[in-house]
Amino acid sequence: MHNFKPWAAIEITSMQSLTNRAKAVDRRPMSLLERAYLPAIFKGMAITFGHMFKKRPTINYPEVTRPFSPVFRGLHVLNRDEEGRENCTACGLCAVACPAEAITMEAAERQKGEEHLYREEKYAAKYEINMLRCIFCGLCEEACPKDAIYLSETFAPANFQRKGFIYGKDDLLIPHPINEKEAYDKARGGRVTIKQA
Amino acid sequence: MGIAAILFWFLSALTIGGAIMVVASKNPVYSILYLIITFFAISGHYVLMNAQFLAIVNIIVYAGAIMVLFLFVVMLMNLNAESEPPQKKRYLFFAGVVAGCSLMLVLVAALKSSSSQIQLVQMGSGDVGLISNLGKVLFTDYVFPFEISSVLFLSAMIGAVVISKKEVVHPE
Amino acid sequence: MLLTIDLAFVLEKLILIVIVVMSSLLIAMYATFGERKVAAIMQDRRGPNRAGPFGLLQPVADGMKLFFKEEIIPNFSSKFLFILGPCLAMLTAMMTGAVIPWGDKVHFFGRDISLQIADVNIGILYVFGVVSLGVYGIMIGSWASNNKFSLMGGLRAASQIISYELAMGIALIALLMVTGTLSLKTMVGFQMDGYWNIFKQPLGFLIFLICVFAECNRTPFDLPEAENELIGGYHTEYSSMKLGFYLFAEYINMFISSSVMVSLFFGGYDIPFVNDAHLVESIGVNWVALLHTFSFLFKAAFFLFLFMWVRWTIPRFRYDQLMNLGWKVLIPLSLFNMLVTGALVLLQQNNWHF
Repeated sequence: MHNFKPWAAIEITSMQSLTNRAKAVDRRPMSLLERAYLPAIFKGMAITFGHMFKKRPTINYPEVTRPFSPVFRGLHVLNRDEEGRENCTACGLCAVACPAEAITMEAAERQKGEEHLYREEKYAAKYEINMLRCIFCGLCEEACPKDAIYLSETFAPANFQRKGFIYGKDDLLIPHPINEKEAYDKARGGRVTIKQA
Repeated sequence: MGIAAILFWFLSALTIGGAIMVVASKNPVYSILYLIITFFAISGHYVLMNAQFLAIVNIIVYAGAIMVLFLFVVMLMNLNAESEPPQKKRYLFFAGVVAGCSLMLVLVAALKSSSSQIQLVQMGSGDVGLISNLGKVLFTDYVFPFEISSVLFLSAMIGAVVISKKEVVHPE
Repeated sequence: MLLTIDLAFVLEKLILIVIVVMSSLLIAMYATFGERKVAAIMQDRRGPNRAGPFGLLQPVADGMKLFFKEEIIPNFSSKFLFILGPCLAMLTAMMTGAVIPWGDKVHFFGRDISLQIADVNIGILYVFGVVSLGVYGIMIGSWASNNKFSLMGGLRAASQIISYELAMGIALIALLMVTGTLSLKTMVGFQMDGYWNIFKQPLGFLIFLICVFAECNRTPFDLPEAENELIGGYHTEYSSMKLGFYLFAEYINMFISSSVMVSLFFGGYDIPFVNDAHLVESIGVNWVALLHTFSFLFKAAFFLFLFMWVRWTIPRFRYDQLMNLGWKVLIPLSLFNMLVTGALVLLQQNNWHF
């Protein structure tokens, strides 16, 4: 397009095609060989036979899974810090950021003796995400000042009822990093980084 | 009664029963199906006479081709009792009965006087119906009627082509 | 003397019939599986691989599914004919197997048992007769459904089968001129001693093959069940195992047609480049018969594959193209083939003197 001249536009659209991939339709009457039909059939059959030896793009899904892209945004996870305390302070910034209004929460104050459960004085007593509303845009992840919510590398499995898609805290919370080390590492995937205090 | 005789009576009953049902059934599709049964029974008779070639040709040509065309046409027209115009002409009915009875009379008289009633069929022993003998007979003793019938078929074919040909419309 | 029947003879034929019927059912079952697999690998897919190892139990699962489906008989259909349709389709499909020589003979209990249910002296005509009856199953079923689309499918099937039967018959006449027999067993015997008939009748084979595709209602001639014009054609109204019968009959027909083509043109149970007399001396009659049957089934399996290969390659004909091909191409071509063959046979009998 670098030598595009406006006064030549008519000529370009009528005469010259933009790419060289266009093919003119051949409307000549068929030759005897073409009308015999069999050579074309053999050609076609050679093509289909050749496809028997091609690599199949399909994978056997549940046994083999494709790797997710590094920017994939899947199911939400509520994060814990390295001691296993919940990061979320129920500030509500994620709910405000959410364009689909999928997130609701209720805040509560941390009582004496709960310091090992919640990192700060305020925590989310109830935290729900409606996965049917969520558009997986990742704005909640960006809005969160405490690195408490991020989008993981899995997606919401099918369910028989709508209420099954409303994920509560027990569905979202990441496993405990010390008590359930393996499950925690698995849920973390290769993405989340825990901020060192 | 040998096994051949049992089969003969069974096939005869089937043939006649089928033929009666062809006439008696209300729906023309059923009539054709009964006619097919009749053809099968007749083929069975041919097999009993050791004429497998005739039997199978009867099935291929009549049951396999002609009856399919009959069925084709009848299904396409969807004939049934409702679409049939009411039969007003009673004399047609009586004429039919009279004609049928006369034909029966002639047939009975002809068969009664013929000499073939002594030995009606060669059960399982005759070999005229086998293909090689049949071919020899057709191309030696009966070559003239054979060729005449082929000319008949040819003229029928040409007739069909002429009838089905599109009319050439001349623009003035 | 009421009924004098050789009991052992009846028993051996009965066992043979059961084996042939069962194995053609089994082969038809796995032909459905093969069809899906072939379709899949030709489209770079994987095909059924969940039921059992490599998906081998898939046809069983399909059959179970069909059995447990609800059976629907339309209100305004004639019930008897509606049920008769698929039964006839199945019956005619199974009947053809009677005259096909699956092998030479086996020797058990001091008896030579021929591996052919009935060596009729007009074997190939019998096949022809039964195949020409196959259309009744479709026509009766389609009419009894009381459905316009079904009826259209049935009419298409009838006109198509009648048209292609002619070319098929004429192509066959040329073959009969060459071999001089109507018995399939004798024909296979000739081919075992000499060359296979495909080398003597290549054009005849091509015409026969095309007509067989049309007779089996297989793509590119599957107009009777054209799903995107006729919603499934003659089996639109069918459900449950009655539909299964129609589908099954198609695969049995394919297998039987393959067997007929093998017997007629590809030497039947002949193993190429092997002297059978020597083989019989070295390993015995029964093992040779087994090898022969395997050879036969292998060739038939190739043709089954050909059926599927063509199906997933060539698109369906339009109706007028179908009729043009049948009447204006194949019949003149087969007549020409017959004339040339007749002239050559005549010349050969006169020791190539004019």
